[in-house]
Amino acid sequence: MEVNIEARRILAVSISKLYASRTQRGGLRLHRSLLLSLVMRSARDIYHSSRESEVLSGAQSAPEEPMDTSSSPGEQTRLPEPQPEPQPVLNSTETAPGEPDNTEDGCDSEIIEDKENLSPAKQSRKRRGKASAAPDFLPSKRARLEPGEERYEVPLGSCRAGESLTTLSLNRVIPAF
Amino acid sequence: KIAGPGGDMQWCFSQVKGAIDDDVAEADIISTVEFNHTGELLATGDKGGRVVIFQQEIENKNQPQFRSEYNVYSTFQSHEPEFDYLKSLEIEEKINKIRWLPQKNAAQFLLSTNDKTIKLWKISERDKRPEGYNLKEEDGRYKDPNTITSLRVPVLKPMDLMVEASPRRVFANAHTYHINSVSVNSDNETYLSADDLRINLWHLEITDRSFNIVDIKPANMEELTEVITAAEFHPHQCNTFVYSSSKGTIRLCDMRVSALCDKHSKLFEEPEDPSNRSFFSEIISSISDVKFSHNGRYMMTRDYLSVKIWDLNMETRPVETYQVHEYLRSKLCSLYENDCIFDKFECCWNGNDSVVMTGSYNNFFRMFDRGHRRDVTLEASRENSKPMQVLKPRKVCTGGKRKKDEISVDSLDFNKKILHTAWHPQDNIIAVATTNNLYIFQDKVN
Repeated sequence: MEVNIEARRILAVSISKLYASRTQRGGLRLHRSLLLSLVMRSARDIYHSSRESEVLSGAQSAPEEPMDTSSSPGEQTRLPEPQPEPQPVLNSTETAPGEPDNTEDGCDSEIIEDKENLSPAKQSRKRRGKASAAPDFLPSKRARLEPGEERYEVPLGSCRAGESLTTLSLNRVIPAF
Repeated sequence: KIAGPGGDMQWCFSQVKGAIDDDVAEADIISTVEFNHTGELLATGDKGGRVVIFQQEIENKNQPQFRSEYNVYSTFQSHEPEFDYLKSLEIEEKINKIRWLPQKNAAQFLLSTNDKTIKLWKISERDKRPEGYNLKEEDGRYKDPNTITSLRVPVLKPMDLMVEASPRRVFANAHTYHINSVSVNSDNETYLSADDLRINLWHLEITDRSFNIVDIKPANMEELTEVITAAEFHPHQCNTFVYSSSKGTIRLCDMRVSALCDKHSKLFEEPEDPSNRSFFSEIISSISDVKFSHNGRYMMTRDYLSVKIWDLNMETRPVETYQVHEYLRSKLCSLYENDCIFDKFECCWNGNDSVVMTGSYNNFFRMFDRGHRRDVTLEASRENSKPMQVLKPRKVCTGGKRKKDEISVDSLDFNKKILHTAWHPQDNIIAVATTNNLYIFQDKVN
C-alpha cells in the first residue's frame, strides 16, 4: 500500500534526523525533537492502521507482527503514558528492540503493549548481537521514490529490516532532556 | 506616507550589505534584523555572534529623490561560543534576537541574546577627547608627583567620531532550554525572555534574578505536547503579553491576574481544516513568529504556509489570512526531507499597520496590503541591484503552462531563504536579509 510505504519512509527519515540532531551544535533542540516525534507518531499510526486494514482484507501478515492481528487502532493511538523505565531514549533505541524481543516476550499484543510499561527490572537491557545504532524495524530496502522526489541521504547502517514499529516508544524522545 | 489612492507602492533597490561571494561563511549567516524606534539605526546579528549596526546618514539635501543611505556605525562581538561542562553541550554564539530599547539619553541600548544568555549593550559616541594632562605622560603613565609644580585642567578637544559598544548587563543562567524571544516592556524597566518551556521577566537593572511568569513544562516530560515558539509584550499595556506555541495557538496573559501566568486570559486558536490533514499538519501549524501591530489592536502570526492577523478581541479565528506560498503544500514531504519545513520565518508590520511582510524561498519576500487586498512577491538578488532599480513583481507558476517571467515551483532554490525582514517604523524603507546579505529597499519617492 502506498500509504504504508510512505509511512515507513517518513519514519526512516525521521529516525535519521533524530540521530543527526544528537551531534548538532548547541545540543538537542526541544522544539525540533517534538515535531519529529509528532511526525513519527503519525507515520507509525498510519502504518499500523494500513497494516491492519491489509490484515482485515485477508492479506498475509508476517508471524513476527502479532500487534497487527489483535490490537485495535484505538490502543495504538492512545495518548502518551508515563514510562517507568528510566532508560534514556537513545540507549533504548540502540538496543534494537526488534524481532528477538517479540518472541521472547510472547506473541500476543497485551504483552507487547506491556513491554512499553515494563519496570526497569524486567526490561532487557542487553545489547543485541548486531551492535547497530538503529532499530530493526526500519525497511531494509530503499523506498520507491515518487517522480521528482529526492533521495534523502541516510547514514550507513541505519536502515535495516524490521517488523515491529510499536516497540519504539516515541514518547521517550523527549526525556533525553 | 504610503501609496496614494489606487497607487501601488513601487519598491526600489537601495543598498546591499555583505559579501558577494557565493561561498557563504557560516558565521556570516544573518540571524536577526531590527530597526530601532526611530529607524535611524538598523541592527543585524549573525551566526558568529556579531552585531553590526548601520546608521542612516543625515539626508542628502542635494538629491531629494534619495532617502539617506545606511552605513556601518558599529560592529562588535556580542556573544562567544561557550561550553556547558555539566551537560557536555556547546552553547552556540548565534544571535537569536536583537531588541532596541527606546532612547533615553545620548547613548543607544539594545538587548541581544543567544540560546542561553541575554546581554544589554550600550552604544555610545565619543567625539571629544581630553588633552593636556600634566599628571600623566604621553603613554598614560603617571608622572612622579615631585616633578609637578602646577595643576593644568585637561581640555576637551574634538576627535574623529568613535562609536563604542560596551556590555552593561549580562543576564545569564535563567534558561534551561533555548531562548527564542526577548521583548522589552512598554514600561521601559522590564523585559521578558522566552525559551521552549518558560518565560522569565527581568528588570533591566537587575541581573542576578528573574521572575518566572510562564512555565509549561509538564511534570513528566513524556507528556510534552507543545512548546513556546515566540513571545512579545503588548506595545502599550505593560501588563499584557502573548506567547505562541508549536500547536498553532496564541495565549494572551495579563500579569495583574496572578504571579504565574500559566492560565491564559485569552486563547487564540483556529480550528484545523480537516481536508488539509497530512503527516506534517502539526509541523506546519507551528507558529514561528508573533508580532503585535503598532496600534496594539491586532497581532500577526506566521506559520509555515501563511500569515494570520488576529483581532485581540476575537479568539475563535483570525480576521485575515494570507497565503505566503500555498504551492508548497503538495511538497511537504520533500521539504521535510531537506529540513526546510523546520524553517522559522518571521513577519513584520509597516509603520501604520496597513501592510505586512514576510519572507519565502528563492530569496522571495511577500507583502500583503491589508486595506487594498493586494499582495506582491518581490525578490532580493544582486541581479536587481542597480541604484534605485525598481523591483519587478515575481510570480510562481503553480501548474499548467508557465508564462514568461514566471518561475516554476520545482525551479525554486530552497537554499535561498528569507527568514528575517524588518520595516522602518516611520518610513517605507525595508531591510531584507538573505542568507548572508542585507538588502535595503525603499519605495519610490514621487
